[in-house]
Amino acid sequence: MTKEHANWSPYDNNGGSCVAIAGADYCVVAADTRMSTGYNVLSRDYSKICKLADKAVLASSGFQADIKALQKHLAARHLIYQHQHNKQMSCPAVAQLLSNTLYYKRFFPYYAFNVLGGLDTEGKGCVFTYDAVGSYERVGYSAQGSGSTLIMPFLDNQLKSPSPLLLPAQDAVTPLTESEAIDLVKTVFASATERDIYTGDGLEVVVLNRDGIRREYMELRKD
Amino acid sequence: MEFAPKQDQSKNPVLIPVDGPIQRTQYPYVTGTSVVAIKYKDGILMAADMGGSYGSTLRYKSVERIKPIGKHSLLGGSGEISDFQEILRYLDELILNDNMWDDGNSLGPKEVHSYLTRVMYNRRNKFDPLWNSLVLGGVKKGQKYLGMVTMIGVNFEDNHVATGFGNHLARPILRDEWHEDISFEDGVKLLEKCMRVLLYRDRSAVNKIQISKLTEEGVTPFPPYSLKTYWGFSSFHNPTVGAEGSW
Repeated sequence: MTKEHANWSPYDNNGGSCVAIAGADYCVVAADTRMSTGYNVLSRDYSKICKLADKAVLASSGFQADIKALQKHLAARHLIYQHQHNKQMSCPAVAQLLSNTLYYKRFFPYYAFNVLGGLDTEGKGCVFTYDAVGSYERVGYSAQGSGSTLIMPFLDNQLKSPSPLLLPAQDAVTPLTESEAIDLVKTVFASATERDIYTGDGLEVVVLNRDGIRREYMELRKD
Repeated sequence: MEFAPKQDQSKNPVLIPVDGPIQRTQYPYVTGTSVVAIKYKDGILMAADMGGSYGSTLRYKSVERIKPIGKHSLLGGSGEISDFQEILRYLDELILNDNMWDDGNSLGPKEVHSYLTRVMYNRRNKFDPLWNSLVLGGVKKGQKYLGMVTMIGVNFEDNHVATGFGNHLARPILRDEWHEDISFEDGVKLLEKCMRVLLYRDRSAVNKIQISKLTEEGVTPFPPYSLKTYWGFSSFHNPTVGAEGSW
């Protein structure tokens, strides 16, 4: 007796790339705006970035329905937190919550590749990078999604993050200024768009600093 | 959930769930093909053919695959027709409950789309999907909305959407020729162009299309009609001229 196999998959990959870079007093979170399925483009203007708290912004790529559900879930949990604690969640707190939420579905995962960016409790930029089941670490910069293999080596070259194993611990945040980091992000996406078919159409950049949150948009190649 | 009493190994009474036959993966049986929709100057235009295919047989030829929902929305569905009818029943209950509040408020297209997204995603999570791709369009308080949901819950909104083959054949045409505030006449011509291409190239398409218009004033379903097609190409006149003996 052979087991019956499903003729449909509960997962799909809707593509796209996400990047985040942490600075001394800012954080840049960016993602492209293309949503695709197979070789089709479903939307050229779809945002993968979600503001979870005043100081925590999540960018996710992967299976869009799971991402939407995940973002909704986290937003609801944040609302409850605000009711119970009368304050916003800090970025490290959101990071832990996201990890726990992802692991909760360890045996039917959210097909979401996340990069969480924001400011920590001291106002320094922080970036947390995740896999689909919640394993995470705090880093100085990260890329996830279909273009991550193209983007990450370039960021490694430009940002040269020190090893987390060094003693005394060295700061992972980049010495670049905010505008230099934004330029780097734009360059990185323009390059990824050239070679990754799932990345393109438009780039959304969200910048967090002590003045608040600001959003920039830039066109990318549509082919 | 229903439970039935039974005894386990150690003779302790235990309850086992008996929900009836286990429902899991499905196959679609009677299906509808593409739905195409656009935003236009006064609201939404949606087009679909009226075919219900049973595999490769064209079994039903008067299936309405576009239905008005409440005061502000239009729902178009492709895929399994019985699941589409089930969704109409869910929405019926939703709209009824909304009206029962009698508070002057009514569910707009954004809300209905959100509801449908949750329904489709939750069924996918239970490995028992509703085998449909849905298009939800509407206008409320001057705001036009047009969204799409697939059977696994993938959803988005845009100025023009299509399901199934429409994504391959109609969306490129729409990307090229659609523009903001397109007039009603131009919108219908554009949809007809898309439906004609689908008719030529989608083998499950049927030449009886239904276009529905939705504006702030309400829904106007137009009577079904056929598209003019052209088959008089010279290569069709004597198809075996280059390959004698074939058919």
